Order: sequence, then structure tokens, then C-alpha cells
Amino acid sequence: MLNSLDNELLETIADLHEIPMGAYNIRKNGQKEGRNVTANIDIVSKTDKDGIDIIIKPGTVGESVHIPVIMSASGLNDTVYNTFEIGEGSDVFIVAGCGIHNPGEEDSEHDGVHEFFVRKGAKMKYVEKHYGEGGGKGKRIMNPKTIIEVEEDGVAELEMIQIKGVDDTLRETEIRLHKNAKVVVTERLLTFRDQFADSRIVIELLGEGSSAQVISRSVAQDDSVQKFYFNLVGKNKCMGHVECDSIIMHNAKVYSTPEISALHEDANLIHEAAIGKIASDQLIKLMSLGMTEREAEDRILAGFLH
Amino acid sequence: MLELKNISLNVGKDSKDILNDVSFDFDSRKLYVITGPNGGGKSSLAKIIMGIYEPTQGQILFEGEDITNHDITQRAKLGIGYAFQQPPRFKGIKVRDLLKMASGETADYKHMCALLQDVGLCSQDYIDREVDDSLSGGELKRIEIATIMARDLKVAVFDEPEAGIDLWSFQKLAETFKNIHEKHDTTIVIISHQERILNLADEVIVMADGKVKEVTSKENFFADLEREELDCMCGLDCSKGVDKNVELIG
Ligand SMILES: Nc1ncnc2c1ncn2[C@@H]1O[C@H](COP(=O)(O)OP(=O)(O)OP(=O)(O)O)[C@@H](O)[C@H]1O
Ligand SMILES: [Mg+2]
Repeated sequence: MLNSLDNELLETIADLHEIPMGAYNIRKNGQKEGRNVTANIDIVSKTDKDGIDIIIKPGTVGESVHIPVIMSASGLNDTVYNTFEIGEGSDVFIVAGCGIHNPGEEDSEHDGVHEFFVRKGAKMKYVEKHYGEGGGKGKRIMNPKTIIEVEEDGVAELEMIQIKGVDDTLRETEIRLHKNAKVVVTERLLTFRDQFADSRIVIELLGEGSSAQVISRSVAQDDSVQKFYFNLVGKNKCMGHVECDSIIMHNAKVYSTPEISALHEDANLIHEAAIGKIASDQLIKLMSLGMTEREAEDRILAGFLH
Repeated sequence: MLELKNISLNVGKDSKDILNDVSFDFDSRKLYVITGPNGGGKSSLAKIIMGIYEPTQGQILFEGEDITNHDITQRAKLGIGYAFQQPPRFKGIKVRDLLKMASGETADYKHMCALLQDVGLCSQDYIDREVDDSLSGGELKRIEIATIMARDLKVAVFDEPEAGIDLWSFQKLAETFKNIHEKHDTTIVIISHQERILNLADEVIVMADGKVKEVTSKENFFADLEREELDCMCGLDCSKGVDKNVELIG
């Protein structure tokens, strides 16, 4: 059964108020908590390891899949391997998320691999939210790995959001794009206290006419540390653009390593990176509208991470 | 109502004063235009009024209260506003968000549209745009002006509102200033180099070298300007300035 705490976590990570419409699979404290399949979307448990296969029939349009994971006990170590098969010509919305409520002294950890096959001409929007809470000393650790293969004319849109709450994270994203395939990755990250986050995104542009766009924005506060690594590998006539922007505050540290690798003369790759404080003229402007410095800061950060 | 007393501003050691013993009394309900050469200290004076710069010397009184040590937020809450000469851009903040913040969260959709129209922007096209690099210079500038118009102010300072704004929008803007001046009690201070704006002035303040050089009526200002035009100050060997240069050399 889902209690009110679970529902709160669900709402935060999956914008779900109660049990979702459409296909879903809810995992709680390492166990299957609920599942629903539809005529076009099947979910089956893997037999060789922990995890599920989500199979979306070709031509499925306008349907959604929710696969939240919630952890509300201390000292758990949960690992899953989920495989998504997005059938040819389909257009779907997938929401995954992990909420950890760690009330105790021991660390809770969720490691997951999400593997996607976006088939010919299919379109997928994938939203992943990571969220942690709980008053104990136990750390909330999440190490998600996302692997996406986008076939000819396919489109993948990724939104990866992690705002506070997760103490230690290594997120790895590997994307392979075939002919005319396209990916747009939006990353939002906020760390505070002594949190650590490491995000690595590698996109291989294999097919002619493939394109990738990455927009990463992060805010590092207090004593937190962030590391970024981006690599666009252009192996064909392709377009790639990475834009990463970090706001650094207090004693935080941000390391950003950009790499663009052109292995084809028609590979057109751009990387833009900036790390800096909140601009003082932005603060002054909002203060001159009557806000305190603190309020102005909050508004600027909220907009930036929007 | 807003009184500047012997204001001086000096950043860094040994450098010359940006503002040098400026005293001026702004009356309520009047429209002032501050003009003068580039670098004369106009924006610095505006920033002193808003609390962005702290004067090295002098005092600021607002409705009789000493506000010299008030910070920006406190002055904003008292009803002082400043439209930047070079407004900042914000990633992820929309025009509607900024107008809403400016109005103290009170402005509704209709009000925001009216504000945008007052600065010559089509509200439908702009209200959901982000106030980021995607806006042109003139668009940004007009949105900046709208944020000041969204507020209920006792003193509103506009820093070169005409800069970068096309002729058509500028005409609209000048009309808007005129309307505000006629309908509201706000004391309006416009830093400007434009004849059309100068024409709105109850008083013209000429600033140069960190000082108030002259306070005059617009009629006298234009009369003086015409005389000076005959008598070029450029200091070069130009046709108008020949006599003067000869005089200087002699
Ligand atoms: N923060 C600062 N640090 C150093 N010098 C400054 C600073 N602010 C202003 N100044 C200098 O003070 C002088 C007056 O500048 P200010 O911006 O007030 O001029 P202005 O009259 O508004 O000129 P413009 O017509 O070009 O806008 C200039 O010489 C400028 O370089
Ligand atoms: Mg100026």
C-alpha cells in the first residue's frame, strides 16, 4: 500500500497525485508495488535480473508511461535495469523518477540503468526527476545510467532534473544517433550543503544528418561540488551544440570538462560553457523593484533552473 | 520632496570626483530632464538616488526623511524607481514574470498588456518571451521602461529611455511620459539627449564634469543651444569654431 509519504514522493518525482492513468510501474523499497499495462504498452519483469521491459507497440501515439521508484526506508541498496522498446512511428511520454526518503542513519542507494531503443521515426519525451528527503544522517545516493539508441528519423527529448536532496550522484548518459536522428537534452541540477554530483553525457552522432543539442544549467551552493563532462562525437555529417551554464555560490566548486570530437569533415560541433556568480546587475534590478537581496537571488535561480 | 545635499562620489583613490558637491531639490509632480555630455555624471546621480552607489559625501532626504543609509530595497519600498540605461537580461524569466514582480505581484494580464502597449510593444508577441539574449536591444529597453511604469512610484528615474528605440516606438513613448505626467503625481526624472523629451520638461538640468552646470526652462535651454551652435565648442579648427579657437590661441 502507498501511504501519504509515498504519495508525496510520487507527486514530487512524477507529478502524480495518486495512481496514474495509462501504463505504470511503481517500485517501492525494492519491490513491485503496482503495475498497469494498456493495449499498446506492455510491462514485463525481467527474468535474469531486477528490472522491467517496457514494450511500446509501433504506431502508439499520445500515450504515457510512468515508472517511479520510491524508497522510504534507511539502509536500502536497490539496483534495477529497465529496457524500453519504443516502437516504430510511435510518439510517447515517459516519466521516470526516484524519490528517496531516508529517515535513518544508514545510506540509501538507488542505482538504475535505463536503456532505450527509439525505433525508426519514433518520438519520445523522457523526463527523469530525482529527489531526496529525510532527516537522518544517512546519505541519499543515486547513480542513474541512461543509454539511448535513436534510429533513423527518430527524436528523443530528455529532461533530467535534480534539485537538492540527493547527496551523492553519478549520472551517466550515453546516446547514439543514427541517420537524421535528433536528441535534445535538458539538464537541471542544484546542489547544496556538502552534496556531490557528477554528470557525464556522451553523444555519438553516427548517422548522416543527425543532430544533438544539450542545454545544461546548474547551481552549486554552500560546500557542494559539481563535475560535468560532455562529449559530442561527430562521425558523420551532423550538428551538435552543447551549452552549459553554472551559477556558483558560497564555497561551492564546479568543474566542467568539455570535449567535442569531430571525426568527419562535415561534423559541425559547438560547445559553450560558462561558470560564474549571479550577475550583480540582475540582483540590483530586482532589488530596485522592492525585493530583498535574498528574494532577488531566489527569483533569479528559480528562473535559471526553470 | 527629494533633496540631494552636497553629494560627492569618488570611486578609488586619487581619482577625480564622478560627482562633485551636487545639490538639488526635486519637487513633487514635476518632470525633470537631465542632460549633458557623455560621462558628465547623469547615470551616477540616478544610481545615487536609487541607492546603487553610496555617496562619498553628502545627504539624501526623501519627504523629509534622511535616506542616505537606506539600501536599494528600502528605497524601492518608499516609492523610488530607476529604469537602467543598460538593463540586465535574465535567463528563464519571462516578460510577464518581470512585470508581475515589478508591480508587487498585483498586475493581471490586462494590466500587463496595457503596460507593454504603452512602450509600443505588442503584448501578445512579448508577454511570454524570456528576458534573455533573444530580445533585441530596443525590445529589452522598452520592457525595462515598462517595469518602472508597472510600479506605483513617487519618484521615477528613466535613464536614456530613447536609446536604441525606433522612431515610431519613441513617439509612443514620449506620449506615454506626457500622459503619466498629466495623470499621476509621480515626480519624473528623465535622463535624455532627445529634443522630444526635453520638450516635456518643466525644468532642464544640465550636468557636466560631475556638477550641475545649469538649471533652466526648456525655452531657455533651446535658446542657449542655438546660440552655442553658432559658436562651436568642438575645439577643432571647424568653420563655426574658428573665431573661438583664435581667441583661445590668442
Ligand atoms: N563604477 C564606476 N567606476 C569607475 N568609474 C565610473 C563608475 N561609474 C561611473 N564612472 C565614471 O564616472 C563618469 C560619469 O559616468 P556616468 O555613467 O554617470 O555618465 P553619464 O553622464 O551617465 O554618461 P552617458 O551620457 O554616457 O550615459 C564617467 O567618466 C565614468 O567613466
Ligand atoms: Mg549614463
